[in-house]
Amino acid sequence: MVKFVESELEMLKKEILDMCQLVSKQMELACDAILTLNQEEAQLVIMREKRVNAFELKIDSDVEDIIALYNPVAIDLRFVLAMLKINTNLERIGDFAESMGRFVVNYPSDKLNDELIKELRLNEMMTEVQSMLFNVQDALIKEKSDLAICVFQQDNTVDEIDKAVLPIIASHIEKHPEELRTCLPLANVFRKLERSGDHINNIAEEIIFYLDAKVLKHNKTAKMTPEED
Amino acid sequence: MNKIEAINVNFFYGEFHALKDINMQIEERTVVAFIGPSGCGKSTFLRLFNRMNDLIPDTHLHGQILIDEHDIYIKGVPVDELRKNVGMVFQRPNPFPKSIFENVAYGLRVNGVKDESFIRQRVEETLKGAALWEEVKDKLKQSAFALSGGQQQRLCIARAMAISPSILLMDEPASALDPISTAKVEELIRQLKKDYTVIIVTHNMQQAARVSDKTAYFYLGEMIEYGDTKRIFTNPEKESTQKYITGRFG
Repeated sequence: MVKFVESELEMLKKEILDMCQLVSKQMELACDAILTLNQEEAQLVIMREKRVNAFELKIDSDVEDIIALYNPVAIDLRFVLAMLKINTNLERIGDFAESMGRFVVNYPSDKLNDELIKELRLNEMMTEVQSMLFNVQDALIKEKSDLAICVFQQDNTVDEIDKAVLPIIASHIEKHPEELRTCLPLANVFRKLERSGDHINNIAEEIIFYLDAKVLKHNKTAKMTPEED
Repeated sequence: MNKIEAINVNFFYGEFHALKDINMQIEERTVVAFIGPSGCGKSTFLRLFNRMNDLIPDTHLHGQILIDEHDIYIKGVPVDELRKNVGMVFQRPNPFPKSIFENVAYGLRVNGVKDESFIRQRVEETLKGAALWEEVKDKLKQSAFALSGGQQQRLCIARAMAISPSILLMDEPASALDPISTAKVEELIRQLKKDYTVIIVTHNMQQAARVSDKTAYFYLGEMIEYGDTKRIFTNPEKESTQKYITGRFG
């Protein structure tokens, strides 16, 4: 392949990794803002969302140029298509981080119910989602599909935590109806984290598509079955 | 400043109106690709820049072709000097029946250069510039015909570069080459634009997309659209251009 085409693909990969880094920082900051109800951090997340959106548009445009000008085929085509989809997924995760920032800004109290938070396993869910983001970034840097695969199990944990949220919150509100206004918004935070997990899952699928030409989308069994040597 | 400018160019082969009302500006140190179906006038237009069409009987040009703001068709223009400044590479590699060294040195010798050490230096420089030096440095006395097709074409490019033109015209320079040689020539074209203004005629649209900064689409003697290659291949203005580049032509 001509060197200048290769360097365009390398540049696209770097942009996606930078975008990944930016979104990871957004999620980290949003999570911290929620746990500490830090208004400043929340405002920073909201403000930086514009950067995420601008980056998405740039990457979309670059992908369009690469396809139009260089006609990638085989692994290069899979790479470009995967980066296009990863870009969209990262932008959505950025949206969720912003939404989590807005939760902090609009929260009608200056303190979270620590016991409830512990019961809901919010810390654990946040840690899992951030770990998933790290793992897909690592998988892309090292171009190892087994690093992407471990995200699927992590997403199961995230889903498991999310499933229990509404019953716990409902039960808590029954016992403490005065906490209705402070409990209900929490459900939305878990929703955003669960959706983030889904999007990181999608990113992992795209990485495996790029590296191994395997389509795991909508194929739960294939995700969970280890590769036979 | 524009390196090349075509102003109201109309060109005729006898009664046949081959090029119609073409206006174009080409900036210095850019690569411009001419695309279009066979017989649309791309190569005819290319050959205007070094007056190669003068060699064809019963042709006439109306309009102006300016290089460095000078009309190259006014009476008294030294055509030999023009062709030193505007080098040309053709579709089929056409090395001289000489050694690799003498192929590159020929242009210098014909132009009166006698200093052998200067000639040796220039040969090395241009073979390096054509990305061929490492492959031939130990066999410069060998016949040029012993080289592969891709190497011969790069030798022809080095030969064109040896007399220090500022413009290089390439008429389908890679169409007779295998994919690997094509890739090397394309990489070379991207490098050449640091020092030269390059105009390339190609039937290979993907090649035009890969190597050029600007693309001009020709059809039936007219220049339909001319613009940044990125824009032409992502969002052309003219329906006709879109039809051609998407293969819906005809």
